[in-house]
Amino acid sequence: MENKRQVLAKLFLSTLYLSAFTFGGGYVIVTLLKKKFVDEYHWIEENEMLDLVAIAQSAPGAIAVNGAIVVGYKLAGIAGALTAIVATIIPPFAIISLIAVFYAAFRSNVIISKILEGMQAGVGAVIASVVYEMGAGVVQSRSAASILIMAASFIAACVFQVNVIYIVLACILLGTARTLIHIRREERK
Amino acid sequence: MIYLQLFLSFLQIGLFSFGGGYAAMPLIQGQVVDAHGWLSMSEFTDLITISQMTPGPIAINSATFVGIKIAGLPGALAATLGCILPSCVIVTFIAWLYLRYRRLNALQSVLNSLRPAVVAMIASAGVSILVTAFWGNEARITLAGTNRTLAVIFLLCVLLLRKGKMNPIWVMVLAGVLNAAVSLVGT
Repeated sequence: MENKRQVLAKLFLSTLYLSAFTFGGGYVIVTLLKKKFVDEYHWIEENEMLDLVAIAQSAPGAIAVNGAIVVGYKLAGIAGALTAIVATIIPPFAIISLIAVFYAAFRSNVIISKILEGMQAGVGAVIASVVYEMGAGVVQSRSAASILIMAASFIAACVFQVNVIYIVLACILLGTARTLIHIRREERK
Repeated sequence: MIYLQLFLSFLQIGLFSFGGGYAAMPLIQGQVVDAHGWLSMSEFTDLITISQMTPGPIAINSATFVGIKIAGLPGALAATLGCILPSCVIVTFIAWLYLRYRRLNALQSVLNSLRPAVVAMIASAGVSILVTAFWGNEARITLAGTNRTLAVIFLLCVLLLRKGKMNPIWVMVLAGVLNAAVSLVGT
């Protein structure tokens, strides 16, 4: 692994770059962070990344910001968290500042609105591709409980619009109950 | 003192918005429109539209937009700082706990139940983005009402990602340019 300064520089540049392209909400930056730091740099393991995502979405605040903080902290401690958060905020801050000044012209530009509309379909495709990879991992684990949790969470979030914080809390409770039952059984043996 | 007010308002938004994205919207409206009257309701709707069309979380975008409008660049900085401060403290603390205790088997086994749910929640967010792209804000989902251009662009993008192993950011840019090109040719 490179020295800390190089890690921070790479962290800053990649978070800045990803944040500038985070159209469509926090989950997009989370999937892009995964592609960058898990698949490309191999700095974080896939399972660890899922845990970091869970932390990012169970804490209050924007998922994109939280995601950058956990990844930054994991890679380089407090300095990493600060580097990642500054890099994450610069693009939206600069873009919105400009738009706030030129909003009327921006809003009525047909080309810009068409480009942004098309990008939604592209974002959807990126998420679909990542979900396919991660979902295949869960299915291949052949754990009935995991597959059931995945299906039930999807229905709760997508069909019943349950707030994700309740889904996270429910899974933590379920996991705690399963762990306790498992420990009891081990003790009896 | 307007900077302090902006900071404190957005601190509350940052602290109480669980679940990200749209979960923050009613909180922002409560502070910015109802409590302080910094934006009118129609300006607030415009702000949500801008947030959907530009990168970045709604909360950060709102902090910047409202801050600039009310008190210029320093106002935007004060509001943004307030918005991210709770995240910085809370997330760093949880991450510290996690990295310290994750080797414990008990914690691992709890996290095993959480991971499939995370995949499901990402999938659900993807579905809502696609529904908005294909059917706009219409209440009914019909075959005839589908935006066919965007549906084709979506399929093409999936193909480029899965088979072509293309960089996701270039796929997104390509999708935007394609849609603009199609609409230019059409008119």
